[in-house]
Amino acid sequence: MKMTKIVRSTADIFYPFCLIFGFYVVAHGHLTPGGGFQGGAVIATGAALLIVARAYEDISQRIRKNALKLCESIGLFMFLAAGLSGLFLGHPFFANWLAQAGSIFGQPVAWGPNPGDLNTAGLLPLMNIAVGIEVLGGLSIILLYMISGVKEKE
Amino acid sequence: MILLAIHILILLGLIVSAGLAVYFKDLLSAAIALAAFSLLLSIEFYLLQAPDVAIAEAGIGAGLTTAIFIIAIRGTKRFEENE
Repeated sequence: MKMTKIVRSTADIFYPFCLIFGFYVVAHGHLTPGGGFQGGAVIATGAALLIVARAYEDISQRIRKNALKLCESIGLFMFLAAGLSGLFLGHPFFANWLAQAGSIFGQPVAWGPNPGDLNTAGLLPLMNIAVGIEVLGGLSIILLYMISGVKEKE
Repeated sequence: MILLAIHILILLGLIVSAGLAVYFKDLLSAAIALAAFSLLLSIEFYLLQAPDVAIAEAGIGAGLTTAIFIIAIRGTKRFEENE
């Protein structure tokens, strides 16, 4: 079953919006609903649009298995490093030592009702980003391996 | 009152889309009906004030599961055969 030109053009137009919305959900995980897993799933949906619309021979040049495997490993490593960094600095495991420290993501939280500041919450945005990278690699590579086994017949 | 009407409409749509997914002989149409089921379910989660679950349901249920079904249909046959 070969997809028509309408499906391919629609997928090509829509997938950047999927990716942008997914990265938005990941980056605002500590302020709005969603977080690393949800944003990574939305990003993987954008990759799924591209993967479903084309054959494996066309898609394997644009999305590479090794890059996705690297994404998965980098996400896990970032999450573990964020957890262990507290231990090396003399805090407990997963201690949020970056919060209100004045450096990156270190602004103090305003009191009372406010729209929220992206530059707060310390280690939590870094963990959200790590989980987002991990989930986008893992869920995309499932789809890529599934379509690599499909025999296309006219 | 308006909210109750929206709830009833969405729940009716859930039942109809689930019935259509069983009824269709074309497997691609059945997969699309399941995607519509997931989308309506995520709207229902949002109305019940669980936006976190709604985003997860829309991403996993309506997006990735449908893509996996479509890839599986591409590898096999599109139409269900009568016994």
